[in-house]
Amino acid sequence: MATDAITTLRADTASLPFVVKLHEWVTTVDHKRLGILYIVYALVFLMIGGVEAAVMRIQLIRPHNNFVSPEVFNQMFTMHGTTMIFFVVMPMLFGFANYLVPLMIGARDMAFPRLNAFSFWLTAFGGILLYFSFLGANGLYGDGTAPDVGWFAYAPLTSKTFSLGHSTDFWTLSLLVSGFGSIGTAVNIIATIFCMRCPGMTLAKMPLLAWLNLVMAVLVILAVSPLSAAQIMLAVDRYLGGHFFDTQAGGSAVIWMHFFWIFGHPEVYVLVIPAFAFASEIIPVFSRKAIFGYPVMVAATVCIAFISMSVWAHHMFTVGMNANANTFFVLSTMAIAVPTGIKIFNWLATMWGGKIHFKTPMLFCIGFLFQFLIAGLTGIMLSAAPFTWHLGNSYFVVAHFHYVIVGAILFATFGAFYYWFPKMAGKMYNETLGKLHFWLFLIGFHLTFDFMHIPGLLGMPRRIYTYEPGRGWDTLNLIVTIGAFFQAAGILVFVANLLWSYFHGETVGSDPWDAWTLEWSTSSPPPVYNFAITPEVRSRRPLWDLKHPEDPDWKYEYMERS
Amino acid sequence: MSTQPALISDANITWDLPPRGRVAMYCLISAESAIFTIFVVAYLFYVGKSLTGPMPKDVLHAPIFFTICLLSSSLTIHLAVSSLKRAKTSGFPLWWFLTLALGATFLAGTAREWHRLIYNEGLTIQTNLFGTTYYSLVGLHAFHVTVGLLAITTVLLFALLGYVRQEHAERVDVLALYWHFVDAVWVIVFTVVYVIGR
Repeated sequence: MATDAITTLRADTASLPFVVKLHEWVTTVDHKRLGILYIVYALVFLMIGGVEAAVMRIQLIRPHNNFVSPEVFNQMFTMHGTTMIFFVVMPMLFGFANYLVPLMIGARDMAFPRLNAFSFWLTAFGGILLYFSFLGANGLYGDGTAPDVGWFAYAPLTSKTFSLGHSTDFWTLSLLVSGFGSIGTAVNIIATIFCMRCPGMTLAKMPLLAWLNLVMAVLVILAVSPLSAAQIMLAVDRYLGGHFFDTQAGGSAVIWMHFFWIFGHPEVYVLVIPAFAFASEIIPVFSRKAIFGYPVMVAATVCIAFISMSVWAHHMFTVGMNANANTFFVLSTMAIAVPTGIKIFNWLATMWGGKIHFKTPMLFCIGFLFQFLIAGLTGIMLSAAPFTWHLGNSYFVVAHFHYVIVGAILFATFGAFYYWFPKMAGKMYNETLGKLHFWLFLIGFHLTFDFMHIPGLLGMPRRIYTYEPGRGWDTLNLIVTIGAFFQAAGILVFVANLLWSYFHGETVGSDPWDAWTLEWSTSSPPPVYNFAITPEVRSRRPLWDLKHPEDPDWKYEYMERS
Repeated sequence: MSTQPALISDANITWDLPPRGRVAMYCLISAESAIFTIFVVAYLFYVGKSLTGPMPKDVLHAPIFFTICLLSSSLTIHLAVSSLKRAKTSGFPLWWFLTLALGATFLAGTAREWHRLIYNEGLTIQTNLFGTTYYSLVGLHAFHVTVGLLAITTVLLFALLGYVRQEHAERVDVLALYWHFVDAVWVIVFTVVYVIGR
């Protein structure tokens, strides 16, 4: 029987020498291994990006501090932003999508396993290229090394005149390379979801995670491609002497802003929609209720994706657009709050009346829910153009988007780590350490980012290297920096928990959470072939049907047509 | 593992999903369309904004003949695929080769135009905004034509060695889809560069 053959194979793998195992990992086309590679890669860059953030916070801990030079500070905020967006959050979410989507839709693998491996290695080498700039970007004696133009690299700062040496070239090329990797993965996710679903799983019966990753992949295709185009133009300017963003020759610096933010705003939703996906899987399982309003959740997500394509210029209110443009982008930005609000109410309604289990994944999801709400509220404040005229480029903006990226996306992702760790590792994580991580990180997060709003309101601009004493910013910056250390401690507990549990954790069965989606029907960790027999499903919760044959979901589900 | 058999329902599910190659190609075409859109927007935004000459109306001549070549290659590739679908293996290499020849002619036309612009008119990518946007947009398209021609050549070699058979029609059709896209983009580029931009 096939199972015996596979078991033998696994026993062999365990005893193989390190070089052979390494070779297997490097040459793998298995979606689960690639998913784990993505996630581990993202964790490594999370550490690096975190160290860069810590350097900035130490520099700003008191006025007139001299921890690093202004040049290094510029490199730190550029590398921190670029790393966290492109080499932490995106690979992390792609990793989870890679690992989970085929399992959840009952498929053997992604639609294009080799394209999958190719995309991962493009992303990986993109990140390595970016960090190689620390060593290799010295064009002329005395030039900067790492990119120092900010993560959105406004023209004309990126022109040859103002950015000597090769630092900006490294930035451009690494984002171009990893961007092609992202597009490859997005194509793969879409093809997988449309073409690889197991029998019976119509689109209306897919787990929400698959649906939301589908929307995310569509957004990647529509958003990352413009960024690639803009990076090609920047490369043309820098290498071939073109004039796209060269104001001296009639070019426009503003058009770079448009091109960048046409990517940049949908990118926020590329990052947050998978976080929604995690919450939509975790909250029902730990509330012991099916998700509330499944069709509306899907519709709201599609709606968010659609509107997110038409809001980019709210990043540019301070540039000086005309009144019509301002009005349009104010209204479209505010409109996004409607489908987002629908989602928040649906998650709350899922929890309402449920039997809530406060395990670590659920704690992180509850944190996600409330912090995302606050992030959305400051988002609505900033969507009003006059408000942004006052607070644009201040620490209020920094606090707002960190509330989204850390408070919402990272919290939901931590929830996902704890929720699917037993599936990926076959071991249970340590619940005490998990809760410690949650509380440390929660306290650190709120110390840092709640208090960061206030210096912004008091007029502290972002990206400044130091500041004068006596403006009322001193104590606040001290608190913000202290919070950063709490977060760092939380992350260390998290990594320690992952490592310790991987080696010494309690072995778990296939379904430790009594969950309902297909990934929990196969062993933990799943065999290379995922499912010995291709599953067939009749409802959105196939494992519920299996466990409760007397009362299956498919009798009640709205869209059942059999 | 013991729970698995129960996941097979007794309801007889009819199950038909779209071919993955086609879906992936549509996705790729969407991504490419987004890239071209940005270049087209940049071109249109910079029309008439060059500070120095040469200007488009002085140096550009619409390449009608080469456009006809490229657009008719869409027809020949369609005929090639449909003859493969009907298992007429002799018709396929002929139409396929004709597609390659028409595409190569178009590329030669672009090369000739660039040669004239660079050596006779003194327009390079560094000269002015027109040069920057023109060479980028037309060059991006020419790059896609080149990639298409390389793929078409590969299939042609396989066909001549007898490896392309009726069962490969679906895959060859996916490649044809890309080629149709390259042709369709040329319609946009032609309109933008040689009609609106002049």
